[in-house]
Amino acid sequence: MNNFERNLRAIYARAYVRIAGTNRELSWIFFTVFLPLLGISAYIYVYKATADPEILNSLLTRVIIGGATLAFWMNVLWGMGNTFYWEKEQGNLDLFFMAPISRTSILLGMALGGMFSTSVRALATIFLGALIFKISFTLESPLLLIATFLLTMIALYGLGMLFASLFLMYGRGSWHVTNLLQEPIFLLSGFYFPIKFLGFHIAFIASIIPLSLGLDSMNQLIGGNFAQEWALMPLKIELLALGILSVLFFYLAIKSLDYMENLAKKEGRLTLKYL
Amino acid sequence: MSIIKTFKSSAWLGWEMESNWANPFLFALYSIARPIAGIFLVVLMYWFIDAPENLFALMFVGSVFYMYIFNVLFGVSWVIQEDREHYKVLKYIFMAPSNIYFYLLGRAFSKTIITTFAVLITLLFGALVLNVNIIFDKPLFFLLSFILGIIGIAAFGIIMAGISLLLVRHNFYIGESLAGVFYLFCGVIFPLSVLPSWGQSLSKLLPMTYWLEATRRSLLGFGDSSLEGVTDLQIFRNLLMFGIGFLILSLISFKYCTDLAKKRGILDMTTWH
Repeated sequence: MNNFERNLRAIYARAYVRIAGTNRELSWIFFTVFLPLLGISAYIYVYKATADPEILNSLLTRVIIGGATLAFWMNVLWGMGNTFYWEKEQGNLDLFFMAPISRTSILLGMALGGMFSTSVRALATIFLGALIFKISFTLESPLLLIATFLLTMIALYGLGMLFASLFLMYGRGSWHVTNLLQEPIFLLSGFYFPIKFLGFHIAFIASIIPLSLGLDSMNQLIGGNFAQEWALMPLKIELLALGILSVLFFYLAIKSLDYMENLAKKEGRLTLKYL
Repeated sequence: MSIIKTFKSSAWLGWEMESNWANPFLFALYSIARPIAGIFLVVLMYWFIDAPENLFALMFVGSVFYMYIFNVLFGVSWVIQEDREHYKVLKYIFMAPSNIYFYLLGRAFSKTIITTFAVLITLLFGALVLNVNIIFDKPLFFLLSFILGIIGIAAFGIIMAGISLLLVRHNFYIGESLAGVFYLFCGVIFPLSVLPSWGQSLSKLLPMTYWLEATRRSLLGFGDSSLEGVTDLQIFRNLLMFGIGFLILSLISFKYCTDLAKKRGILDMTTWH
């Protein structure tokens, strides 16, 4: 078995755990579809209680897409970023580093598996939410929507790989940082309101998070006229920016992984637990 | 004496775990930024659609006090998971000459204190920056209903903790689901009248709805229009039943769950993967 084949197998193995593991417990599938719906419903009722009926459908589309996409951010934070910390605590990290495979293959496998599992659940959430709240989508270019979604995911999981490498040598601090990256990012990414409303400069800075641009682009494609009016930048520019972020995060993740691995080895922190 | 010692030690342990073990700057940032960002998310939604001021104030107070429901109720039930599966010390706590019920109460106390800091800072932020008109004209009603509510919430957390002793892998989702149900049906961020009629009926059965209503009435001087027919006295009575009722229920159910877990030999099981 050559090196390439071995790494492909590692990617498959790590992705398999993410897909089979999360589907083995059937109740988890129910909860991961049902839970986001509860939060989404609360935000939908906020707009139902207060918004002008003319813009309501565009707002509800935004909430449902935002709520479903939130699962990807959580997966990136907890399923990618925090994974090496978790594996360290469980005692598996030593085995990962002893195996004759690239660490990038492990991260790629986690990313692919997490992306697939979360996509299935997010789609179910969108479908059920749209059905319950009678939301209609304006879908003119499905292929462009799929391309936008995939580009967003590549950039997002690239960022997840970067987080994983950065958190490699940290202990409990990474847990707190991961927690800290929840609500503030929900706020800055425009999950439930147009990011443009934050003001151009804040929104521009927030665009470093791939979900901000991804959500804005996807809303432009399915949210109707109002979504286009509320867009931060024209679709083409947002897609170009997502492409640049994808390459950048992937490159930084690989570089950072090597650096942090060496640093963690030098400082003897690769196998330290409960710190 | 041993009960007081257990309570004090576990409250201190909770504080150490959640504060001192982290970098102080990171902990302060984490304790303040997270809740404010979470509330600001809804604030921006309200600003975006230019919602009426009274609805904004109701949402703000509801969101602030919901922090207790989330942090204390689910935090306490999460202690069992954390101690059993992550730190793997639950069996030692059971073996020690201490009372596990009071250990959990102590942990609930530290979570309440930490949440209180976040609540006070957020309320101050709301009053000074967001111009929420906090009049605080019923201090006694607030104090009594707040204490009863916190007792009920902590007791509910211990009931959940008891159930957690018997569960494998589902604890997180069950806790999160309940949090979602309360967030949706207690009218935390929107008026109850917008819910379908069955949803409104359900919300009137949840004690947390009355707890949030009590805090709104005492801090803002008004509450949710759907609860206009309910007097302060009725709210107080409901909260009294909630606080005392859940406290008694928690004592009984936690003992039952502990005994069952011991009989089944699952006190120290590890089910995470």
